[in-house]
Amino acid sequence: MGAMTDRGTAPAADLAARLIQLNSEYARAIDDARFEAWPEMFFEDCLYMLTTADNHAAGMPAGLMYADSRGMLFDRISALREANIYERQRYRHIVGLPAVLSAADGRVRTEASFLVVRIMRDGRMDVFATGRYLDLVEADADGSLRFRERVVVCDSNRFDTLVAIPL
Amino acid sequence: MTAPAGISPEPRVAWPPGMVSGAPYWAYQDEATYRLEQKRVFEGPVWNFVCLEADVGRPGDYRTTFVGEMPVIVVRGDDGEIYAFENRCTHRGALIALDDGGSGAKDFQCVYHAWTYDQKGTLKGIAFEEGSNGQGGMPRDFDKAKNSPRKLYTTTLCGLVFASLSDEVPPIEEYLGEAILGRIERVLKKPVEVIGRFTQALPNNWKLYTENVKDTYHASLLHLFFGTFRITRLTQGGGVLVSEDGGHHASYTIDAPGDANSQEYAKQGIRSESKGYRLRDPSLLDSVDEFGDRIQLQILTVFPGFVLQQIHNCLAVRQILPKGVGQMELNWTYLGFADDTPEMRKRRLKQANLVGPAGFVSMEDGCVGGFVQRGVATAGDEFSVMKMGGDGTQTDTTRATEASVRGFWKAYRNLMGI
Ligand code: FES
Ligand SMILES: [Fe+2]
Repeated sequence: MGAMTDRGTAPAADLAARLIQLNSEYARAIDDARFEAWPEMFFEDCLYMLTTADNHAAGMPAGLMYADSRGMLFDRISALREANIYERQRYRHIVGLPAVLSAADGRVRTEASFLVVRIMRDGRMDVFATGRYLDLVEADADGSLRFRERVVVCDSNRFDTLVAIPL
Repeated sequence: MTAPAGISPEPRVAWPPGMVSGAPYWAYQDEATYRLEQKRVFEGPVWNFVCLEADVGRPGDYRTTFVGEMPVIVVRGDDGEIYAFENRCTHRGALIALDDGGSGAKDFQCVYHAWTYDQKGTLKGIAFEEGSNGQGGMPRDFDKAKNSPRKLYTTTLCGLVFASLSDEVPPIEEYLGEAILGRIERVLKKPVEVIGRFTQALPNNWKLYTENVKDTYHASLLHLFFGTFRITRLTQGGGVLVSEDGGHHASYTIDAPGDANSQEYAKQGIRSESKGYRLRDPSLLDSVDEFGDRIQLQILTVFPGFVLQQIHNCLAVRQILPKGVGQMELNWTYLGFADDTPEMRKRRLKQANLVGPAGFVSMEDGCVGGFVQRGVATAGDEFSVMKMGGDGTQTDTTRATEASVRGFWKAYRNLMGI
C-alpha cells in the first residue's frame, strides 16, 4: 500500500478518479433519463458540440448539436421533453477510461472513448454511436468538476433515423 | 417455377390514370417499381444533384456519389470542365474509385486488374493488353473507347452540380422554370463554403421523404418548435410555388409583423400550441434578414432528389438517395457564405440546431417516413388521401395545401409511365 500513496502519483490518481466519476455521472444522467441533470454538469459559459470525425478532421465547425451556453443545453432538454416527437428510446453509454492530455492552471484537457447502444421501445438494440469525448474540464467554486467544453466526435458520419437525446 | 396450387401472385391494385390526389401504398413497397424508378426516374430526363462546385474546385478534384443507386464519379478535368461517369469498371464491374473524394486525379485505376480511365471516364489502359511473352492479351480489335462506363451530362447552377444520363433533359434553367430558378438564385447568390456534412439513414422509401419535404401542410402541425416560437404558421404570410411539370417546388413563409391570427391554433386545440414554453437562451433564434426580403424560411426541391433549405440563416442542401425499397440516405451539407463575418458564422452554427438529424424542427421528419412505411405494411392496395387544397398542383398562397406533394406524383407518374 505504501507505494500507492506515493506523493508524486497521488494527485494524478486523484484527478483520474474524479474524471471517471464525472464521466459516470454524465452517462448515468442520460441513460437514466435524468436529462435535467445534464446541463448542470456544464459551466454557464461552455461549449457542447456533437460532430463527426470527418468534420472534426476537416476543421468544419458545424455540429448536429451546438450549444455555447448552459441555457442552450437546458433548451435542448425542454425541446426533448415538450416539443420533439420521436419514438420512445433509451441509451446505454459505455465510457472508456479518460486520458489526461494536459492539466495546467486548473484546466484539464482530457479525452475518453464512448460506445452508445440505443434501445427502442420494441426492444431493438443497435450500436447507435461510437466515438470520443474531447473535454475541457475545470473545477467550479465548490471544487466539483464541470465541463467547460465537451466536443462529441462520432466515428461515423451516418446517423440512424434521428438523434433526439444528447450523446 | 410455378406458384403453389391455389396461390397466384396478387395483382397490384390499379392506380387510376392521372390520379395525383392519392398514391397506392405499393409505390413504397414494390421491388419492380423500385427497379423501374432507377431506369425511368433517376436515369431518365432529369437533373440529379451530385455535389457542389466547391467540392471539385481544382483540376483533378473528384467526389464519388450516386445517381439513384448508380455509383458515380464527378471530377474536374484539367480543361476546367466537370465530368461525371459511372463508378463501374467495364472489365468486370468493380468500383473504380473507393474514397469519398480526392484531389490531383489525372486518371482513375481500378484496383482489381488495373484498367485505367481518364478524367472523362474513357477507358485508356488495360494491363497486359498485349499479353505477356506473346501469349494471352486482349483481342486486337477491342475498342477501348467504346468500352467505357456510362458517361453523364453535367451542368452547374449557382455552385450546384447536376448530372443526367439522358440527352433529352432540357437545360437546367428550362428544367426548373423561371419561378424556381429565381428561388435558387435568391439563396445561392454568392460563393458558399461547406461548414459540415452529415448523413442520415432513414427507414423508409425515398418518396416518403420527398413527399415530406414538399408537404407544407405538416410543418406547423408535426413540428412543435415552429408553432411555439412563431417561426412559421399557416396564418402567416407565405405560400408554395410549384413548377409547371409539378416536379419542383419552393415553399416559403414571410415574417409578418404582429401575430393577430395566432389564436387559431389554440382554438383548434392543436397539439403544437403549448403555452409558457420559452427558450432560456433565445440567441438561437437571433436571425438577420440577410436576403433583404423578409422571407424567413424557404424549402425548395428539384426533382427527383435535391433540397435547398433556408431556415432563417441556416443554409443547407440535402441529397436524397434511395438505398433499397424501404431504406434511404439523406446527405446534409451545411453551408455558409465565403464572406461570412465571424458573427454570421456563429449564428449559422447556432441555428444549425434547428435542422439535421438532431434538429429542433426537422428531427421528426427523420421518423415520420418510417411511421408510414411501417403503418402501410399490409396496405399495398390502399391509397393515401391528398386532397388538401383540392386536387390540383398549382402555385398557391396558402400552405394549407398538398399541391406540391401532388405535383411530385404528377411528375413521377409522367416519367414512370404508370
Ligand atoms: S474489374 Fe476492373 S480491372 Fe478488372
Ligand atoms: Fe418537416
